[in-house]
Amino acid sequence: MNAQLFLKLAAVAILACVPLTGESFYTELLAKTLVLAIFAMSLDLLVGFTGLVSFGHAAYFGVAAYAVAQLSPKYEAASLWVVLPASVGLSALVALVVGLFVLRTKGIYFIMVTLAFAQLAFFVFHDTPLGGGSDGIYLNVKPSAEIAGWVPFDLDNQTHLYYFILAMLIAVYAFLGRILQSPFGRVLVGIKSNEHRMQSMGYPTFWYKLAAFGLAGGLAGVAGFLYAVVFGFVTPELLSWHQSGNVLLMVILGGMGNLVGAIAGAFVFTGMQEVFATWSKHWQLIMGGVIVAAVLFLPGGLAAIPGRIKRSLQGGGSNE
Amino acid sequence: MDFASFLIQTLNSLQYGLLLFLVASGLTLVFGIMGIINLAHGSFYMIGAYLAFVLASATGSLFMAILLGIPLALIFGALLEWALFSHLYKRDHLEQVLLTYGLILVFEELRSLLVGDEVHGVDIPAMFSGSIALTEVLNYPVYRLVISAVCIVLAVALYFVIQRTRLGMMIRAGNHDRTMVEALGININMIYRVVFALGVALAALAGMLASPISSVFPNMGSHVLIISFVIVVIGGIGSVWGALAAALIVGFADTFGKVLLPELSGMVVYLVMAGVLLWRPEGIFKKG
Repeated sequence: MNAQLFLKLAAVAILACVPLTGESFYTELLAKTLVLAIFAMSLDLLVGFTGLVSFGHAAYFGVAAYAVAQLSPKYEAASLWVVLPASVGLSALVALVVGLFVLRTKGIYFIMVTLAFAQLAFFVFHDTPLGGGSDGIYLNVKPSAEIAGWVPFDLDNQTHLYYFILAMLIAVYAFLGRILQSPFGRVLVGIKSNEHRMQSMGYPTFWYKLAAFGLAGGLAGVAGFLYAVVFGFVTPELLSWHQSGNVLLMVILGGMGNLVGAIAGAFVFTGMQEVFATWSKHWQLIMGGVIVAAVLFLPGGLAAIPGRIKRSLQGGGSNE
Repeated sequence: MDFASFLIQTLNSLQYGLLLFLVASGLTLVFGIMGIINLAHGSFYMIGAYLAFVLASATGSLFMAILLGIPLALIFGALLEWALFSHLYKRDHLEQVLLTYGLILVFEELRSLLVGDEVHGVDIPAMFSGSIALTEVLNYPVYRLVISAVCIVLAVALYFVIQRTRLGMMIRAGNHDRTMVEALGININMIYRVVFALGVALAALAGMLASPISSVFPNMGSHVLIISFVIVVIGGIGSVWGALAAALIVGFADTFGKVLLPELSGMVVYLVMAGVLLWRPEGIFKKG
């Protein structure tokens, strides 16, 4: 246990040192990766812990990102302490409403229906005046953290922004960890392994799933908020189904039902993307090939690799 | 809306809905019989359209392109089932989603490598390039009527195959209970391969037929895929006739939605789906 805690602290320490190198390219890349890690953790709550395979999680990411852009005045800074809760709350609210519909279905239906609702959200921002068309909207001025004249940090400053994101990542991680330890989290895990049994024990599983869906939507909103602040503009692509597919990929890469795994998945995904992109313009071909090969030859994801190595070392190469 | 434009929109709705049925019928069969969620199904539509473009440029006629394209699509489908999908039957939905998502990336990039990223047009065959006068000022293109006719013929043929032939009986039995079918000595893996190849060919044919109207462009499969999902959800998984009815509902909702509620055009179909989910979450035509 202590060794694990030590490793986590060491990882945070390493991450905290990155801006000190002064390499602004890597700081931005890492900031983006940490945002995606928050996004992946939020989806893992559904996929890995509750057993709900959502293929439309980008919708809640995008709703919060658009909310920041729309709530910020054009030429002055909005208050962080208003915009952050508002955009996260909006994402959670949208997720709750969508959840009322999609949670009536199960299995393959659930996958398709979540995808369809995300596409609906995509068209809302793509076609209506809410979104500004396929070009998206610029966030000209980043939200300000000012409280009654005192400015604790400045999101326009890359280093401050990076530490803010890192702090949010730790907060979301701790929050989800706490939730999963709670009776509520235990019920979610119970729903994943056997929903009928949870029902027969008297748990209203629909409402538990709805709460998880809303919570995951809100946390995806945290990531969407940060994404908009880091990049300074939002486009409908944030809600596209590729975005939903990519985040699902991160969760699976890291091995589902494992928050550290979700973070690792985000790092591996971004890393692969960066490396493949330097090889060729057609890097998605390699990415797609890797995914196909991974499913065929590596059931269980990256998280299963240490176990496999251990087993093959102990068992002298034989399985089991 | 006057009567003539109402008539035109009705014909457009029918044509669009029937075309979507070609894509969705294969998708729902693969769902129903093999229990596989195939995100790459839209790619088969895209591949069909590009096949039509490439083959029509090579042979000079869309007819030839379709005649050559259908067997190619069947072979491609059978190969794909043998190489990849046959390994997915015992996996969970998540892994199916993942693998087929990877396939989309592969197909799109291969398309980009082989044909490029430009938008291409495909010529309508000369004998269908005319139009029929509905009123003095309004004409309706013959080719769209031809598409509807071809789709209706195919739907009838599909009905005949599934309801009246031995193969169809096996397919229906496979839809019901895989183990029982195997126990009766039927090679279920062969049935799977045939159904999958058929699904690929239907989606590819839809792409080929649509190519002169919609033109041929990158990522054209993803929209069709998601709409097909909506159709399968409305119609009920595994129900081909549910897919037909749902495809027509979607065709009408989308076409009339664009005319009557232009601001909401992209959303009407999804709103219909939301309504169906509230009413009958298992799809309208799903039998108990």
